[in-house]
Amino acid sequence: MNTTGQYTVVRFTPASRIAAAVAIVILIALALAPWWAGRADMRLLSELFLYMALASLWNLLAGYAGLVSVGQQAFVGFGGYCLFAFTMFLGLSPMAAIPVAGLAGALIAVPVAVLIFRLRGAYFAIGTWVIAEVFRLGAAQVSALGGGSGTSLPVSIVRSIADSRAMREATTYWMALGMVVVVLALVCVLLRSRRGVALTAIRDNELASQSLGIDIWRAKFFVYVVTAALTASVGALIFLQKLRISPDAAFSVNDWTAFVIFIVVIGGIGTIEGPIIGTIIFFLLRETLADLGAVYLMILGLVAIVIMLRAPKGIWGFVRERTGLDLFALTRRVVERRPAAGQNTENKENAHEPQAT
Amino acid sequence: MTAVLELKDLSKSYGAIVVADALSYALEDGEALGVIGPNGAGKTSMFNLITGTVQAQSGDVYFKGQPITGLSAAARCRAGIARSFQIPQPFGAMSVFENVLVAATQGAGESGHGANELCLDILEQTGLMARANAPAGGLTLLERKRLELARALGARPSLLLLDEIAGGLTEQECRSLIATINDVRASGVSIIWIEHVVHALLAVVDRLIVIDFGRKIAEGQPEEIMASREVQEIYLGIEAGA
Repeated sequence: MNTTGQYTVVRFTPASRIAAAVAIVILIALALAPWWAGRADMRLLSELFLYMALASLWNLLAGYAGLVSVGQQAFVGFGGYCLFAFTMFLGLSPMAAIPVAGLAGALIAVPVAVLIFRLRGAYFAIGTWVIAEVFRLGAAQVSALGGGSGTSLPVSIVRSIADSRAMREATTYWMALGMVVVVLALVCVLLRSRRGVALTAIRDNELASQSLGIDIWRAKFFVYVVTAALTASVGALIFLQKLRISPDAAFSVNDWTAFVIFIVVIGGIGTIEGPIIGTIIFFLLRETLADLGAVYLMILGLVAIVIMLRAPKGIWGFVRERTGLDLFALTRRVVERRPAAGQNTENKENAHEPQAT
Repeated sequence: MTAVLELKDLSKSYGAIVVADALSYALEDGEALGVIGPNGAGKTSMFNLITGTVQAQSGDVYFKGQPITGLSAAARCRAGIARSFQIPQPFGAMSVFENVLVAATQGAGESGHGANELCLDILEQTGLMARANAPAGGLTLLERKRLELARALGARPSLLLLDEIAGGLTEQECRSLIATINDVRASGVSIIWIEHVVHALLAVVDRLIVIDFGRKIAEGQPEEIMASREVQEIYLGIEAGA
């Protein structure tokens, strides 16, 4: 028995401490971007942040809960339309409309989940896409929001964000940065919690999970609803930046799901780091290859195929397998207690050798 | 003594294949019961029915006097039934420690420091401490079997179901496994153990049942059962021919 208290459990490693310090420095630099970056750079960075948030959420859904949805555009578009509806009809400020859109996303996700959780695997994936199409067709019926051709956010509402254009752009930039920080923090807190242990277990083996007391349906339902809420909030912010919404743009499977899946798969599914790395690579590729037109998409496809063949767990999966790095301190490591350092490191090995042979 | 587990006329078949045929028996609190029978006799299926990973077509399972037939596998685990899988089912990308932590946090409902301590105790008890940080997917078969036991213990069960965990062990390893299981039993846990390694089984159990074609064909004192002609023919006969 561990009555001697010889071992203890730690979560932070030197690597995760350094990563946290570096992250804070980067975050401060990014928060100051309105003073050092140009207008186009800020717009690009905002877009990157929002994609990073979408990718992290899809990763939580597919990489941990095993819910491979190709219909998350349903919630992006729903959130976008909520922003327009709440600001134009209910008089909410855009800032308030974003969390309320998240709440609405959670509410609509409940019946959707009850319905599509009856489907498994590929059928589930197709089901989510069908639901997204239903949402798109539904949005096209709302004539007050422009029907099929969409609508623009009224100038008065745009002005309510901030008076000057520079201040408006800085504000929406900070909102995008805040959004990705909130999403990453929530994903991190969730995965480090007891519920996160259950989700990670489900990711690895469902049969063993249920036999060890995990209610799989409930765990997946929780993740689905939380992800839907946050995805809807991100969607609201995306369309606050675009200032214009239409059913085709809001519920685009390419923009809000295909690219997101690409990001998660090349970065490393089932890890927090994967979607972050994937987003940066995706934007690097896009910005350097954008002039090539259709060839750009072919290169994206090629990159995805090469990575799936060479590193099926994505870039971060590849790195982690070789280095054991864990930047977000999610793993728990068993170590010997401090005073027993040095000589006892040997003892640890020896103490259990008789049983191990 | 009250029955911790009672099976009443439990039946399950997959088409023509009958895996449980009106199976009935009771397990006293604190008892250790051994289960033997030829391959394909329905021993593991019986565990699936008790733990709820498979639903029975008819009959009932009672745990501590309460019917649990309608409960999910997860609820049954939280109520105090834990099992090891014959074919190990590790959480491959998680470490050995984290595998046990899943059981401690989800099955036993522990959290924080208490969960960590419970897991560390179990890793020492099952001899897995040296592999605590290794990814479970990289373990050898024997280590995986030991992890199955460790994880089941992590759920802090009052009824432990063991499915062939002694196969392939050396004599010395087998002795240490028997000592571990006897320790678990001494702490008040009831045990049902399916095992082909009969001498290991006899070192632990109070009673044996023999299952074939989903039916209980014999039940009684281990020595009597092993000596009976029925068992010699059905069980050992098939074993010798395999």
